[in-house]
Amino acid sequence: MGKCVISVNVNGKVYERTVEPRMLLSDFLRHELSLTGTHVGCEHGVCGSCTVLVDGMTTRSCLCFAVQVDGQNVETVESLGRIEAMHLIQLAFWEKHGLQCGFCTPGMLMCTVELLRNNPNPDREAILEAIGGNLCRCTGYQNIIASVERAVELLQTKEEAAS
Amino acid sequence: MTAISKSSPIPPSRQRERPGQQFKWIGKSIKRVEDPRLLTGQGRYIDDIDRPNMLHAAALRSPHAHARIVSIDVSAAVALPGVVAVLTGEDIAKTTGPLPCFANPPVEQRCVAVGRVRHVGESVAVAVAESRYIAEDAVDLIRVNYAELPTVVDPEAAVHVTGDGVLHPDRGPTNIAHRRSFSFGPVKEDFANAARIIQRRLRWPRSGSQPLETVGAIAEYDGGSGKFTIHMNSSMYNYVGWTLALSLGVPAHKINLVPTIAGGSFGSKLFTHKVITLAATLARACGRPVKYIEDRIDNIMACDNHGSDRVYDAELALDKDNQMIGLRCKVIDDYGAYFQFGVGHHGNALSQIVGPYRIRSVDLDIIAVMTNKCQQGAYRGFGSEVANFVIERLADAAADELGLDRLEFRRNNFIRPEQFPYKIPTGNLYDSGNYGVVLDEAMRMLDYTGWRTKQEEYRKQGRYIGIGIATCQERSVFSATEFWMLNNEPGFALTSSPEGVSVKIDPTGKVVVSLQAPFWGNSPETMATMILAEQLQIDPADISITYSDSEHGLAGTGPGGSRYTVMVAGALVGAANIIKEKLLRVAGHMLEAAPHDLELRGGKVGVKGVPGMEKSIADIAMHAHFFRLSMPDDPTLTSGLDAAYTYDHPLTTLPSDDRSDLGIFYPIMGHMCHMPVVEVDPNTGKVSFLDYVAVHDCGTLVNPMTLAGHVRGGIAQGIGTALYEQYHYDENGQLLTASYADYLIPTVHEVPQNVRVGHVETPSPYTEYGIKGGGEGGRMGAPPAVCAAIEDALRPFGVKIDAMPVTPAKLRGLIRAAESLAG
Repeated sequence: MGKCVISVNVNGKVYERTVEPRMLLSDFLRHELSLTGTHVGCEHGVCGSCTVLVDGMTTRSCLCFAVQVDGQNVETVESLGRIEAMHLIQLAFWEKHGLQCGFCTPGMLMCTVELLRNNPNPDREAILEAIGGNLCRCTGYQNIIASVERAVELLQTKEEAAS
Repeated sequence: MTAISKSSPIPPSRQRERPGQQFKWIGKSIKRVEDPRLLTGQGRYIDDIDRPNMLHAAALRSPHAHARIVSIDVSAAVALPGVVAVLTGEDIAKTTGPLPCFANPPVEQRCVAVGRVRHVGESVAVAVAESRYIAEDAVDLIRVNYAELPTVVDPEAAVHVTGDGVLHPDRGPTNIAHRRSFSFGPVKEDFANAARIIQRRLRWPRSGSQPLETVGAIAEYDGGSGKFTIHMNSSMYNYVGWTLALSLGVPAHKINLVPTIAGGSFGSKLFTHKVITLAATLARACGRPVKYIEDRIDNIMACDNHGSDRVYDAELALDKDNQMIGLRCKVIDDYGAYFQFGVGHHGNALSQIVGPYRIRSVDLDIIAVMTNKCQQGAYRGFGSEVANFVIERLADAAADELGLDRLEFRRNNFIRPEQFPYKIPTGNLYDSGNYGVVLDEAMRMLDYTGWRTKQEEYRKQGRYIGIGIATCQERSVFSATEFWMLNNEPGFALTSSPEGVSVKIDPTGKVVVSLQAPFWGNSPETMATMILAEQLQIDPADISITYSDSEHGLAGTGPGGSRYTVMVAGALVGAANIIKEKLLRVAGHMLEAAPHDLELRGGKVGVKGVPGMEKSIADIAMHAHFFRLSMPDDPTLTSGLDAAYTYDHPLTTLPSDDRSDLGIFYPIMGHMCHMPVVEVDPNTGKVSFLDYVAVHDCGTLVNPMTLAGHVRGGIAQGIGTALYEQYHYDENGQLLTASYADYLIPTVHEVPQNVRVGHVETPSPYTEYGIKGGGEGGRMGAPPAVCAAIEDALRPFGVKIDAMPVTPAKLRGLIRAAESLAG
């Protein structure tokens, strides 16, 4: 099978790689770039664990080929904070116990990033809509909703402090 | 009526740490210490691990439910560039024996089928290649010639199948894997004298835990030493991991199982025998590390852990005072094609089969059948959740038939607070409880009378609102007698299921705790940190938690049966006592004080009543590690500051030889009251939640926040079981729900958004601090509560809920049938 050279900006860094056209974006991120924060739960586009942002839009990386994101910007959970300096959305999930096993969490976080970029003050319905396509088997979702609501508060407080 | 007295005495309590102390950490909702690495994508789950020179495996899965394998042609697959090996079941059987089976007599099972496939999705051959992509290509090139055999799908029909429809003819000419009847107490008398007998036929559907991470393993084989190193996401590897060495045909010390954290389990990753054995076999065959990770379809069709699948004919005897006195059940349980844990699920259910009620006699007839489906394993409740459903459905039916309030009927039948510890007819003990208080708290939190008023108002508007009530048990902390006591042959000696920890304070005063089983979505690191901080009066930030591999592990059982917090707490108390004694001895030398005049305070050891006369734990640790010889010679005082302690089961007794008394095997008894409020649209059959209150009593609380998280998550799973989820096999044994497009896990839109969780604390007299388990309760209470709520909503139609999942289509069917009956 012929291979393709692609150039992808992932979390602000440009990677040039030669890949098979059939390589999934999820496998490209996890196994070619060793960005294993993006998780693969079902590989058929239902669970949402593998959600990343492609040019700012949530995308199921298991339903997308790496060659499709040639020249585009991809953001994964690794683009958020690190342990010593977590993103406010991550801190909100920590504070509100918005995760248990942590497997769906990167997908939930990236959905939250997209939501709050586009709508800094979402109502409950908008939050449900944003995470409604992602499965979580541990939490019953309640604390994920609370985490997103807490993230809204934290980001607004930061915004106010900055202005 | 009084508690049943049995001949075997109750052993004395070994509790050292009493409940009700002033705690600094225990009982606080502290944030989890596990979370930062999970939130930043650094969890290191099984598929995140790679080894140098690693190969990848993929399995060919049977399209037939039941067939003989006539021939397999792997030539095209082997010829594909990048393929290293293609192995059939027969190839694998040359080096690897049957998988571990805990049933007696066992049912032979292989990691890849030999000669015959017994369910859709069973693996037939495996390809190993340089990448997973190539391995999957190779699988597509394998040609198999099958001769189809009769398919057995219906569990009741399975009882009567003979001839070619028998799955395991070498085990006898029947698909009945196990049959046994048990009788406890005066059942005949109670049913003969009953004022009323309630009868229901109840159907519990086949669902499963479906954690979002599947099962996987990465195995390495070192030919020089003949030793396997296997990274895996299973949890009971320090308990029964050695049995995998038997399958691989090597001594147990030639297999080192290295844990990774698990992306959810809910029981399913207890002991993942197939995947680990397969990866190890392939690594040995190829001489290179091999990774095998189930994909979702593999996991749904061919995992280790479909849940219970039961048909009950259940009867409840009531006396003239509306007291429940006797329970009689005939149950057929569809175990699928293999029998890994035997009927352990029914032993589990017998620990709490009478629920919270003063039922004094029980008859149980268990028929375990084999069908052409994936095998059963563990799913949050391990069979006890089904018994909860049965007794609660019977309680509702009894109250309805007697014209009594479902809530007060329950209250009048509760075991009373003064009756604890309470032996139930099966012989198990309920250690403590206060069920009326839990019920009262649930009513208060829900505003039960307020909702009843609203229900009437809504009904006038043509809306159908229902309130469900379930008052259920959550047994915790199994003793291993439950794994053999239901066997037809005599069993073993009194069996523990221990949990060890090791605690080491390094020369800088920082603490490392090693646990014997990894995180699987619970909060073991947070829990162990809190308890050890309490024990040693140190800052939780000074503690870190690690997980032993099997080579360095102590005796340990791992999470399961809601036992981990209780058992780890017991082990930590034991280890901390050893550490404390040594801290005081060394500090005594440093401070020239007698150890009994010293105390632990705020990360230091100091002289009682003398502020400032103290040494930090870091100073003492440095002294203990390097300056032992500066202290007087004493063979009991050695260098270092560490302790290993293994805590045995806190309260268990032997079953009687005739099994009229199963002994105490699951005594740390939690309780819950669930009250969902649902609205049913009778035109569409849609069920939606208006409110949900769950009050749990898990004894002394360690971390209320994480416990509430378990309760809410368990409720979402229970709602899945009640309304949506089913591994649905058609009459040909084809699995119609083999993807997440068809196996419907609740999303945020299907669950209540505000489950209000309450806690009552009735401590256990037998465990450290009085802690009880609480990991499974949500799913053990939600299914009967939701069914009760639907029935309550549809009371005007007279609809009865006897089977789950109550999908919209099924509910519409029930409503239509009720309407046509009413004319």
